[in-house]
Amino acid sequence: MNSPIDIPSELRDLKLDQPVNLSRRRFLAGSAIGALVIGFGLPIGSARVQAATAVTAERGTQVPAFLEIRPDGTVRLLCPFMEGGQGTFTAMAQIVGEELDVEPAHFLIDAAPPGEAYVVMENGLRITGGSMSVRMSYPTMRRLGALARAMLLQAGADTLKVPVGELSTEPGKVVHAASGRSVAYGDLAERAMDLPVPDPASVKLRDPSQFRWIGKPVRRLDAYDKSTGKAQYSIDLKVDDMLHAAVQHAPRLGMTVGGLRNEAQVKAMKGVHSVHVLPGAVAVVAERWWHAKRAVEAVQVDWQEPGADSKVRTMPADFSSDAYRDHLAAQTGPARDDENEGDVAAALKGAKTQVEATYHNQYLNHGQLEPPSALARFNSDGSLEVWLPNQAPDMFRDDIAKRTGLAKEQIILHSPLLGGFFGRHFLYDSANPYPQAIALAKAVGRPVKLIWTREEEFVRDVLRPVAVVKFRAGLDEKGLPVAIEAVSATEGPTEAIAGKQGEKIDPTAVEGLAGKSYAIANKRIAQIYVKGPAMLGYWRSVGNSLNDFFYESFLDELADKGGHDPFELRLHLLRDNPRLTTLLQAVGELSGGWKRGPFTAEDGTKRARGVAMASPFGSEAAVIAEVSIENGQVKVHDIWQAIDPGSIVNPAIVEHQVNGAVALGLSQTLVEEAVWVNGMPRARNYDLYPILPPSRMARVHVRIVESGAKMGGIGEPPLPAVAPAVANAVARLTGQRARSLPLSRHTFA
Amino acid sequence: MHCPAYNDETPTDDQRVNAMELRINQKTYQVDADADTPLLWVIRDDLGMTGTKYGCGLAQCGACSVLVDGNVVRACVTPVAGVVGREVTTIEAIEADPVGKRVVAAWVEHQVAQCGYCQSGQVMAATALLKHTPAPSDEQISAAMVNLCRCGTYNAIHAAVHELAAQPAAKESV
Repeated sequence: MNSPIDIPSELRDLKLDQPVNLSRRRFLAGSAIGALVIGFGLPIGSARVQAATAVTAERGTQVPAFLEIRPDGTVRLLCPFMEGGQGTFTAMAQIVGEELDVEPAHFLIDAAPPGEAYVVMENGLRITGGSMSVRMSYPTMRRLGALARAMLLQAGADTLKVPVGELSTEPGKVVHAASGRSVAYGDLAERAMDLPVPDPASVKLRDPSQFRWIGKPVRRLDAYDKSTGKAQYSIDLKVDDMLHAAVQHAPRLGMTVGGLRNEAQVKAMKGVHSVHVLPGAVAVVAERWWHAKRAVEAVQVDWQEPGADSKVRTMPADFSSDAYRDHLAAQTGPARDDENEGDVAAALKGAKTQVEATYHNQYLNHGQLEPPSALARFNSDGSLEVWLPNQAPDMFRDDIAKRTGLAKEQIILHSPLLGGFFGRHFLYDSANPYPQAIALAKAVGRPVKLIWTREEEFVRDVLRPVAVVKFRAGLDEKGLPVAIEAVSATEGPTEAIAGKQGEKIDPTAVEGLAGKSYAIANKRIAQIYVKGPAMLGYWRSVGNSLNDFFYESFLDELADKGGHDPFELRLHLLRDNPRLTTLLQAVGELSGGWKRGPFTAEDGTKRARGVAMASPFGSEAAVIAEVSIENGQVKVHDIWQAIDPGSIVNPAIVEHQVNGAVALGLSQTLVEEAVWVNGMPRARNYDLYPILPPSRMARVHVRIVESGAKMGGIGEPPLPAVAPAVANAVARLTGQRARSLPLSRHTFA
Repeated sequence: MHCPAYNDETPTDDQRVNAMELRINQKTYQVDADADTPLLWVIRDDLGMTGTKYGCGLAQCGACSVLVDGNVVRACVTPVAGVVGREVTTIEAIEADPVGKRVVAAWVEHQVAQCGYCQSGQVMAATALLKHTPAPSDEQISAAMVNLCRCGTYNAIHAAVHELAAQPAAKESV
């Protein structure tokens, strides 16, 4: 691991004496240059940083790569995870601060550059996704804080000339109780960071009973900046001499540019610097983005059908999402089993009652409010700097190296705040603007910022997958399920990105059908792999976002068929599972006691409630929804959610994440659908692609249950049980069982 | 195929280029821009104030909300020439307005923001509402607070605005 750590541009520029005009400059302007000589802020090639990062060390122990303690006591943390609203920066300040003994509010946090030093997750990855940031790095990030504290204590001992054993810390300072003396961390930082990092096994972590910040509703570090327009996202960045670019994509992926019919005319348009043909796209570069956009939309392109040698997944002209659903429904196999317990065939045969149903879902866009952009700059030393939204910096850097032929060390990747992500900013071939931005910057010899319009985003965004699931189940003479089978015709996002089926079933294809905890003796969960033409990706809660809707809705059908209340049936099927029994009872209590309805509410509307559960991303969730019908459409009044992530770091952020996940869950349940016709998306903007508006939001009531089980995720787990809880309530109220989403495709009486 | 409004248009050089004077955040700026350039891009690219966001370009999402003479408008579809002689307020100056300052404080108090991308527009919309109607009814709040938020912060926004609406004077002295 000899690669030197990437250094933020402003530091490079200090050394290279190049002008810089970046947002983060303000960050430096307010800090004494002296602060830069400690910790991370060393000029490239510095012996200290090299020493800290060149050696192969245990994960998350290279303290100077993460922490810079400034003379004023402020701690700058380079965070391995991206902040996109889920609150990970604040959580990391709580976790590191707890052990370092620094108040979370005194942290300044930026996303760390790519590099081995920041691979801190227990699964050996460094990504921001899968609701993994906190749960996969929690012990490591605590230890990082504790190691830094140990270094400050040692520096304090040297400074105060007392044995280190006589010292303790209070927030932001080392204290010698015997003499009443103390030294602020800011005054010890330089000496501390010169010390060797102690043996990771030598530091003792704080007893959780003594936590001041972990587990508490600590306020978000970014709340003020995000309420006053000060937060900067990729789309906001600017460097000196920068040009702007806009693109027009091929209407269908795989098509190529045959020619431009009006190139001269477009080149003559106001503000146009140059016109460029790119793979599957035309670009205009201009001094102003508005001119680039107008010009590129005026380009008349002769689009050619994809050749047989196309390097991207090609979209045929006759593709439609409705026809593709029928295609999935017609699949008969072969299927591969993911779960197969007992003897489903025999149990079905012997069952008193058999129940069958077929479900499907819809394609979805990510619809994150910040349109994708990328800023690329080739520096005079041959390095390439790229600013872009991403959830996996090392993967993006490696891909840029592959595409450009540059060495990884020559690529400086910056990861600004994300204006929403929901799975949008992973590495998706043809769905990210940075290859275009890099090509344009190279072509024009100046930095280029490329922004995709919302319309160009909607034609290249990867889609949440669709599935058609055929269920069969058997009920015994008591009406209880003895067998369940689900066969899903689908392509999971992971196998879609790989372009082929793996050795094992793609877990992201079947999660939510698989992994259920109900005690049903005979079960089979299987997948029929169907490779389709649409580009697919991860969407908040991934496979669970569709599969829990299918399974939990069908489970209610079984309850009805067997004459059981669905809440009671779930309790029965979970009778040997204390954790989930507790959770289900908790959501029942939260809602004022389970009542299915229908009943008449105080406002005179007829309402009913539905219940559903999910086990996504290491956490457990239970949801109750209350609905009525208004003008033929579903109105969701209240969502009660009990969630058990094992243990938590910030209850306030958890509650906000539940609210957000409920909103996205309601969006896909009620209104949202990416419809494709003739190989193209019908919607290219929010006018035809509705996302949940404020008027369709429900009240959300949250109960956090900390069972003490292994820590689970929180960004995604509150989403999957929303759709089935709503659908189950609607079925109870109307007698109509919706076996597909969104519910706006159905009319209810 | 897309954006027919522009695809069918023959580009010409006769778009009017104006040196114009804009009043933004109580300062006067000289800008050279085509008269029909959306205010959003003049604010962001020419004047470097990036707190106002581009989300859709179609007045669908509200991320670009600014105040013009105290009324909330969507800058992505507002031709810059249309605001000459009028007073534009962007999120950068929101705390200079006493109502805007209260709105920001409520946004922080209620920890509204998640990704934050839409929140400039949300704060502008709430400020415009409360400047015109210090104690709005539920219906007035629902009618005014229509900007989209993909993170789903609607309930936190609701709580913040309702608190401001319930205490129009109480916080004025703070």
